[in-house]
Amino acid sequence: MALRKWRARAGRLAGQPAGALLPVAADEWVPVATDVAATGGQLLALWTTPRDGATAAAVSAAYLADGAPLVARLALTDGQRYRGLQELFPAAARMQRAAADLSGIHADAPDERPWLRHAAWPADQAPLLSPPPLPVPPWTVDDYAFVRVTGEGVHEVPVGPVHAGIIEPGHFRFSIVGEKVLRLEERLGYVHKGIERRFTELAAGDAHRLAARVCGDSAVAYSWAYCQALESLAATIVPPRATALRAVGLELERLQNHLGDLGALGNDAGFAFGLAQFSRLKEELTRAIASAFGQRYLLDLVVPGGVAAVPDAIAGRELGAVVARTASRVRELRGIYGEHAGVRDRFAGAGIVAPELARRLGLAGLAGRASGQSLDLRVDAPWPPYDRFRPKPCGRDDGDVAARVDVRFDEVEESSRLVRALLDDLPEGPERATLASPVEGELGIGLIEGWRGPVLVALELAAGGRIRRCHPHDPSWQNWPVLEHAVIGNIVPDFPLINKSFNLAYSGHDL
Amino acid sequence: MLKTLRTIAGIGIVSEAPPAPDATLRLREALQAEILELVGRALCIRQVDAGSCNGCELEIHALNNPIYNIEGLGIRFVASPRHADLLLVTGPVSAHMATALRRTYEAVPAPKLVVAVGDCGCSGGVFGTSYASAGPVSAVVPVDVAVPGCPPSPERLLQGILTAIRPVRADRDR
Repeated sequence: MALRKWRARAGRLAGQPAGALLPVAADEWVPVATDVAATGGQLLALWTTPRDGATAAAVSAAYLADGAPLVARLALTDGQRYRGLQELFPAAARMQRAAADLSGIHADAPDERPWLRHAAWPADQAPLLSPPPLPVPPWTVDDYAFVRVTGEGVHEVPVGPVHAGIIEPGHFRFSIVGEKVLRLEERLGYVHKGIERRFTELAAGDAHRLAARVCGDSAVAYSWAYCQALESLAATIVPPRATALRAVGLELERLQNHLGDLGALGNDAGFAFGLAQFSRLKEELTRAIASAFGQRYLLDLVVPGGVAAVPDAIAGRELGAVVARTASRVRELRGIYGEHAGVRDRFAGAGIVAPELARRLGLAGLAGRASGQSLDLRVDAPWPPYDRFRPKPCGRDDGDVAARVDVRFDEVEESSRLVRALLDDLPEGPERATLASPVEGELGIGLIEGWRGPVLVALELAAGGRIRRCHPHDPSWQNWPVLEHAVIGNIVPDFPLINKSFNLAYSGHDL
Repeated sequence: MLKTLRTIAGIGIVSEAPPAPDATLRLREALQAEILELVGRALCIRQVDAGSCNGCELEIHALNNPIYNIEGLGIRFVASPRHADLLLVTGPVSAHMATALRRTYEAVPAPKLVVAVGDCGCSGGVFGTSYASAGPVSAVVPVDVAVPGCPPSPERLLQGILTAIRPVRADRDR
């Protein structure tokens, strides 16, 4: 098989024991991608690294092929373009545009519009090379070339960036006839706050705090992915007690988000009872988490070398009991959702992404699993402690709102089982190892299945523990473009429901 | 239906008493006590995420749960700034959101109360000030009350909101 040839030539990939790092020449960049696509592999992330002194610029693509990560890396001379991968992996299009905005390294691709860059800096400046000046009033906005849909009776509905609810900002441009959506075009980048630049200003040992705040609802996933990359570059072994507690944190984060979403989805379908019940359960769980870990949301749990907090025996038992009680309550509420004709009517058949479309567009994570794409890193490419604590795969083929709701219900069940199993079997020993001094010049990859899907952190260090490049990647990059397809033919009033059923990240995407 | 009603009746009322306003959160004294007394009885809030990591939003959502039950205090979140008395703004304010925040602020009728939320809303937090981040909310709109925390707890948020709209009085009957 063609992929074996590439793997045989590749070197080790820090942070991913089964993974491989493959330096490629310009004429191999697309063939590698073609071989990955041919075997049904996924594009996990694509990012560029600007030149740093004597170290050449590069573009990197992280794939998951045959259950193992493969990073292809192409070194570039100043001003050299690389071939875009959008025809093999459609999700690459926006990643390439963002990379051009931030690093000035362009792909050969048809869509050359900026993506993360609005008016904060001019096109000829690359924030990752040298920081543009601080923003000052008067604040300006730019014009974006939306794709126009014309025809009799077609009109546009612009929505955002400030949405009519407690939601992150982004802009949606609907082209509609009557109530029916002909086309949705997203415009994101509103919450771009210079995270990748900021990483380069921090010491590697401190930047886990920033990583946790790339996307606050996935803090454990990001801080764990960051620490996984850093610890591998420092050849530091994380004690088993810490890995178990990180997994407890990751599953609790999944539970908190799923409970919030299940309530909000009921509410968007006109069933306020659901919001009241699920938000109450979420608050109970959140308080139990606060008693056990000293924080309601686990933004500061994962630290380099281990974890910052360990629940004492009583709080741990109580947390386990609350999780069990929550799961049983959720089972009852699932019955009520299932019997409610109005809720079923709104969920079923709304925002369908058929499995074939999901496969072609690379739909990832939870939403992917609701559309027949079974990939779950915890199952398919497990890292400790998931090699010992395997979740039961959850999936559906219908690809509608109901399927995404069902996957959440199933995952609540599985995550609550995992939390209890992990707490019951918590290894003894230290919860934190001292971080050795990390090597410079090498690439470390952290890869964690967050509640939305695979979260990847690519980390490269320079001399003295300085961060040369840190690229955090959210599965929303893969899923936002699919949402545009999911709403076609649906009515505008169903958009909030469909959007919520994906619940994609803005901050995690806009960086 | 019966199951739904039984669940509602079985759980009963879980709301807790709200916290007292806290003068230390107040940045500026915008309103006279008598006006605050009036405004404080029923209040409409427009939340604006001006660049947050979505962490603060999780806790703002919690204000609507039955335990904090913010609507029970006569306070509710509205969809339009034109219906709002108070803006609840999370930060840091990204350069790309500064105009939207400014315009939202202009659409709010007087007295235009503003509560800045979170370490980032108060100071720029871990993101600081950069080419893409204007930093604290006060760099773009005037702020009355600032609630630090990463994220601040719902109780602290409620305290901040109540501080903005109610006179701080030791003898206030809650």
